[in-house]
Amino acid sequence: MSAVTVLYALLFYAATAILVVGVTRKIVIYARTPQPLKIPTTPAPTTRFGVVLRMTREVTVFESLFKANKWTWLFGWVFHFCLFVELLWHLRYFTEPVWFFVPLLHWFTTFTGFGMVAGLLGLWSRRFLVDRVRYISAPSDHLMLALLVAIGASGIAMRYLAHTDIVGLKAFFLGLMRFSWQPLPGGDPVLLVHLTLVATLMIVFPVSKLLHAPGVFFSPTRNQIDNPREKRHVAGWSAQYDNSKSDA
Amino acid sequence: MANFETPALREYPIIPLLRADTMAHSKTFAAKPEFQTPLGFPGELVENWEQKAVDKLGELVSQSRALQVFLDSCVKCGACTDKCHYYLGTDDPKNMPVARQDLLRSVYRRYYTFAGKVVPWLVGARDMTKDVLDEWYTYFHQCSQCRRCSVFCPYGIDTAEISMAAREIMDSVGMGQRYSNEIIGKLHKIGNNLGLPAPALANTLEGLEEDVKDETGVDVKFPLDVKGADILLITPSADFFAEPHIDGLIGYAKVFHAAGVSWTISSYASEAANFSMFIGSHDNLHKVAMRIRKAAKDLGVKRIVVGECGHAWRVAYSFWNTLIGPFDFLDPRYPIPQHICEFTYDLIQKGALTFDKSANDDKVVTFHDSCNVARASRMGDMPGGQFVIPREVIKAVCNNFVDMSPETTQEATFCCGGGGGLLTDDLLELRVKGAMPRMQALKQVVEENGVTHMAAICAICKAQFTKVVPYYKYQMDMIQSVHGLVSKAIRLTPADK
Repeated sequence: MSAVTVLYALLFYAATAILVVGVTRKIVIYARTPQPLKIPTTPAPTTRFGVVLRMTREVTVFESLFKANKWTWLFGWVFHFCLFVELLWHLRYFTEPVWFFVPLLHWFTTFTGFGMVAGLLGLWSRRFLVDRVRYISAPSDHLMLALLVAIGASGIAMRYLAHTDIVGLKAFFLGLMRFSWQPLPGGDPVLLVHLTLVATLMIVFPVSKLLHAPGVFFSPTRNQIDNPREKRHVAGWSAQYDNSKSDA
Repeated sequence: MANFETPALREYPIIPLLRADTMAHSKTFAAKPEFQTPLGFPGELVENWEQKAVDKLGELVSQSRALQVFLDSCVKCGACTDKCHYYLGTDDPKNMPVARQDLLRSVYRRYYTFAGKVVPWLVGARDMTKDVLDEWYTYFHQCSQCRRCSVFCPYGIDTAEISMAAREIMDSVGMGQRYSNEIIGKLHKIGNNLGLPAPALANTLEGLEEDVKDETGVDVKFPLDVKGADILLITPSADFFAEPHIDGLIGYAKVFHAAGVSWTISSYASEAANFSMFIGSHDNLHKVAMRIRKAAKDLGVKRIVVGECGHAWRVAYSFWNTLIGPFDFLDPRYPIPQHICEFTYDLIQKGALTFDKSANDDKVVTFHDSCNVARASRMGDMPGGQFVIPREVIKAVCNNFVDMSPETTQEATFCCGGGGGLLTDDLLELRVKGAMPRMQALKQVVEENGVTHMAAICAICKAQFTKVVPYYKYQMDMIQSVHGLVSKAIRLTPADK
């Protein structure tokens, strides 16, 4: 077992633990924190099913962003869609047998790596070219884009320039998952870069703006039903008042 | 007139380039101790205020899922940056919604997030300093809490929630705003924002009865404190004295008269407005609203109808059931509460009202969607009823109606520029500049469609527009109450009881 294998095995255990524990902790906080008042941005659905549809539109086609800015929407949607397909495609390194739909994605993956990077570069260009977006960008916003671009670019490089031993890689990850470690394919610096960056992304996820991914589902302006007259809502401090007592 | 320039209205709306600090000088008058203490706030900046402000921030976030999600989730995509009327009217980058949120988010990150504690420079985290507090005071009093940004945010982040929290924190360390806090104090003491005592209110209503009698020959009543009336009318106190608000009140009375219902105003709860929402104070919000529950129970009414007021309708529609419910003592066959436009619209649908639309033929009317009605409430049964119903009421009483550009109406409506506790003369520059996007849209329909009047269903909108349209070379009497239009066209017969 090489030192590199041990190092990356430990890195991915740690990154996975931080990602899972960190994001779970945040989700628990979001779920447990009360929302004392009804604040959906109206017009809002008046039924639970309507809210499910609204949220589905929000997370699949980015409805609000589409209303806001077509360029940001285009770059953002292309990036997220391509990332989503790539994530599913990468399931083949973690599943045996590979889930039935994963091979069907092969045709898409011709484009998705490039699409991801193109979308990211589009978004990044706005941080330089649009004065308003430049103003609101912190160093971390640039770094996050750099990280994602580098992940995409190293992935593309492994596919088209320096082919990676994906059979060996799969054995490594299945070994990690089964607690029976297998060697990481050696002599592949691009792979090491790719893996390091992905682990970094997993580690910063729970302490960064990437929390928008779980956050959007808990956003009261999007997930509340517009029925305050029909159904009395109380939670947190708004549940503390006992009005019948103060009726003289 | 004043030492600032009114923004130019252009052929087409543009997104301005940033001009830093153009509104950094804007400071609304601070509340003196006499206006702070009745609301439960310290009179002046407390000792150790930095720590107390940070603690209060943590407490508020722990009590609000909205704040938890909003402070974590922003990715700085820029979708909101060109959506705020104050940014469009002032070019000040700190009036971009995300930049305004970041004034508070930067402090939250510093004290409550891992990244902000460890690498503050990387994530734009800042210590709570006097400069930061002063910046909060300046720029959180340049947000009218209109929620336009929240429509366009991919995560629904609502800057209104953040500015309410910021104002609550400032109040809690003794740095309140005079305008809002003085008014809330008057309400606690007397029952309305004006500080209008019961005898004066009775006098005003009697005068209105005489005016309407002279004008129509019909005995339209303006009842006060009538026990056993069916309907309690809760309306903004501006309706009792201001123009064009009072025409709206006359309109409600005529509609009630034509409908033959018994109704009353309460001298104890003679105010629909609840400015406590603007300052994010839960206890004051509850306390102010409780006057209405008490009045409704004391008078033994069966229904509550709310007059034309934007934020009041938000509080009534969205918060009353939560804050002062359950309403098991009211008649469940009617919406609780019901908006006056819903009430009038129902009667129109039933054919119960007679109008002479030609009475409004001197006007071509457009309608300004008020932000809190548009984006924080509803009317009727279906989503978007808050856009349909007021327009249908106007169309039933006016032959000439024209909508403004769709990017400036309905859910995308622009704030009048005076909402959220900013309707004060010490913020006049902000108000005039913030009205620019609405004035731009108005100018278009004036020039292309010959619009002569703009109607609204919000006391703040009406007061704000009446004050600022002259800066844009329009006449103040072009602003109308929707029920002022109803009042003009409605035909009453003495036989109507």
